[in-house]
Amino acid sequence: MKLTLKIWREGGMYASGKLETYKVEADEHMSFLEMLDVLNQQLIEEKKDPVAFDHDCREGICGSCSMVINGQPHGPQKGTTACQLHMRSYKNGDTITIEPFRAKSFPVIKDLVVDRSAFDRIIQAGGYVSVNTGQAPDGNAIPIEGDTAGKAFDAATCIGCGACVAACPNGSAMLFTSAKVAHLGLLPQGKVEHEARSQKMVAQMDKEGFGMCSNVGACEAECPKEISLENIARLNRSYIASVFSSE
Amino acid sequence: MKLENKVPPGNLDEKWTKYKSTMNLVAPNNKRRIEVIVVGTGLAGASAAATLGELGYKVKAFTFHDSPRRAHSIAAQGGINAAKNYQNDGDSIYRLFYDTIKGGDYRSREANVHRLAEASTEIIDHCVAQGVPFAREYGGLLANRSFGGVQVSRTFYARGQTGQQLLIGAYQGLSRQIAKGTVTMYNRHEMLDLVKVDGKARGIIARNLLTGELERHAAHCVILATGGYGNVYYLSTNAMGSNVTAAWRAVKRGALMANPCMCQIHPTCIPVSGDYQSKLTLMSESLRNDGRVWVPKTVEDAKAIQEGRKTGLDIAEEDRDYYLERRYPAFGNLVPRDVASRAAKVACDEGKGVSKSGLAVYLDFSSAIQRYGQQEANSLGIQANAAKITELGTAVIEKKYGNLFQMYEKITGENPYVMSMKIYPAIHYVMGGLWVDYNLETNVPGLFALGEANFSDHGANRLGASALMQGLADGYFVIPYTIGQFLSGEIRTPEISNETAEFMAAEKETKERLEGLMNIKGNQSVESFHRRLGKIIWEYCGMSRNAEGLKKARQLVRELKAEFYKDVFIPGTIDEFNPELEKAVRVADFMELGELMTLDALERNESCGGHFREEFTTEEGEAKRDDDGYAFVSAWEWDDDNPTLHKEELVFENVELKTRSYK
Repeated sequence: MKLTLKIWREGGMYASGKLETYKVEADEHMSFLEMLDVLNQQLIEEKKDPVAFDHDCREGICGSCSMVINGQPHGPQKGTTACQLHMRSYKNGDTITIEPFRAKSFPVIKDLVVDRSAFDRIIQAGGYVSVNTGQAPDGNAIPIEGDTAGKAFDAATCIGCGACVAACPNGSAMLFTSAKVAHLGLLPQGKVEHEARSQKMVAQMDKEGFGMCSNVGACEAECPKEISLENIARLNRSYIASVFSSE
Repeated sequence: MKLENKVPPGNLDEKWTKYKSTMNLVAPNNKRRIEVIVVGTGLAGASAAATLGELGYKVKAFTFHDSPRRAHSIAAQGGINAAKNYQNDGDSIYRLFYDTIKGGDYRSREANVHRLAEASTEIIDHCVAQGVPFAREYGGLLANRSFGGVQVSRTFYARGQTGQQLLIGAYQGLSRQIAKGTVTMYNRHEMLDLVKVDGKARGIIARNLLTGELERHAAHCVILATGGYGNVYYLSTNAMGSNVTAAWRAVKRGALMANPCMCQIHPTCIPVSGDYQSKLTLMSESLRNDGRVWVPKTVEDAKAIQEGRKTGLDIAEEDRDYYLERRYPAFGNLVPRDVASRAAKVACDEGKGVSKSGLAVYLDFSSAIQRYGQQEANSLGIQANAAKITELGTAVIEKKYGNLFQMYEKITGENPYVMSMKIYPAIHYVMGGLWVDYNLETNVPGLFALGEANFSDHGANRLGASALMQGLADGYFVIPYTIGQFLSGEIRTPEISNETAEFMAAEKETKERLEGLMNIKGNQSVESFHRRLGKIIWEYCGMSRNAEGLKKARQLVRELKAEFYKDVFIPGTIDEFNPELEKAVRVADFMELGELMTLDALERNESCGGHFREEFTTEEGEAKRDDDGYAFVSAWEWDDDNPTLHKEELVFENVELKTRSYK
């Protein structure tokens, strides 16, 4: 299939950033990133600057990909990262616009590559259980009820890609933050620090300049791991409770 | 060079405990001023950096990723072994040790493997305490499943995302130390050289990938936890960025590379679909718990499938050859990876492959769907018709493997609940790596290697669910102790300066190396060289090898390397974010490693585990080991023309060397 690509170029020779148009020929069995590989091979052969994009595992789990495809983070397929999207979703003659994840807290590094280190700092603020190696009791010491474990797991499947932020008109990181708070807070091991964790992570989120949540729900719709909005509701409840119960 | 493995004396099951209780310690006031560099933040690196930080060392951790959470450990699907014996099925530390030694085809070190089995139980406890959401039974206790090569159920798992959950656990532990300031994290930094001062590893040269700037980082010792080199094959299940550069730079500085030809080919990957393919995707081995591997009995049927005239659904039950069940009745579909991979190759070589290219076999779930469907109907107490049973059974399979089935469908566009999955072996893991002693220290004092980057625990073949176990054992429970053996001798060493002649020289050499690559200004892309290298290594040093092919491969690799240094083209400049330059540096190192792999495979005149030499087989075509001639670890000292082989004899005091049989 013959495609027209409009790709955001920024950095290097594109100081202020602009959409550049390219033609590429793709095969329906290719992944979306393999299609970009073909374009880059073409550009390199022409001794031009290839398009920079973050990618690594290409299995939908590392969370590296960070592109908005025709207006949607990770493209049109529900519950799918850009690397798992295949060209059979497109047809001959299509024009595809590819831009980086856009948010105030995710500055563009080059082309489609953005800086998501703000997410690391939110985790550093409290997204862990304070246990040192060697302190743990037996793994089966505390049974965990199946439904609770399942909900914690669902929240824990977040890959930290940032699609939720890119999808949100406010650039809010509430889905990301709440998923971590839920994952740890639902489990008995993480409950002890739950209130303090909620407060610290929210404070860091605000400090990083992420926007407020206004319940638009775009984050859940675009999340490649389909993390539920319920986590946000859960965080709001525990955050408010922790504010009132704190000394 | 005499290789001292430093295995402590005593009975196998007491070695580690006694050693731990008697080894040298570093007092807290000294720990605060001793610096440790950790390169790589996957399971091994993140767990080591976090734990060393907890202990009070000054840690600097490096990753080429934008965040430690992206390391490729994250992609491990199936699970992590531990000798908990929660299932009461006869498991024990000894049995896990024995299975791992046997699974590795008796080419690993007894004492290391036993220690791994001992640490396995603590890993599970620690990960649960961190909040890793392992799968649980109805009663809320931890669930287990079986994996290839063993007859007990000892694999702990978190759906098909075990690696992700364990890595996030280690990442969170690391994040906690970063917040406390015990660990300084350097994201998007790649190690490009090792710096030795007076023979000891004292630092690294790292490139800031965002600015291109070279940085000199000094410390009292250096830990490499930089993963495996499977990407030498270009197509593998590794992530695109996985590379050998950090380890190879250590080799160039005198560290030995052990068993480089020992690569694991995983039997259940999604087959190659075209020339544009950039990587291969694994389908977890756990699928072989319920999936049955088959090809058509006749070449005619296979041909009809290859030409698209038939599909797997058209082949009647009696015309299917469930070849693993037929050839290996004791283990059936759960034979170890090397055995399953070779059997698939044999079937395809006979012309019975089931894809257009003829390089695929089926993995079928219809029996499991029927079996589970019937069980569900029974437990619900209903009389179900065939459609209902299929529906109930499909639901069970979906619960167990849903995300894997979904992934398969996304990649291939076929529904695996209806059509048998198509699978083919692919490079997945490397058992070879930097040579280390019992302390996980290389032959370069102060240089340690953990996880997949070392060679130590899996011999010639790794059993499923053992990579996560080893990465975390090394990082959480081994290195925090054994590093003291080296660092206790360094308490009087002042802060290491990064401005000594050694650091300046290493920085200069690195700069010249990068400039040299940029200045070639040829006509071919880095990627095109990488693909060609991969094809050579896969063809001659892949699933089966022979002397003639290996000699030819070495020559081809050397020619390719010469061409690379004449004609590679790297766009952009050194002083900027330049992914093509990053790749070029990695591919250059893969070329030399590839050459060493062919040499190692040629030197090893036996078949063992993943190393299958066509000249050395039994009459039935199974691998034929030579314990008299080759019960040693090959440890190679690099030289551009004539690498030197050093040998560490493997001494087996506790297990009897047997022909590995899964029949």
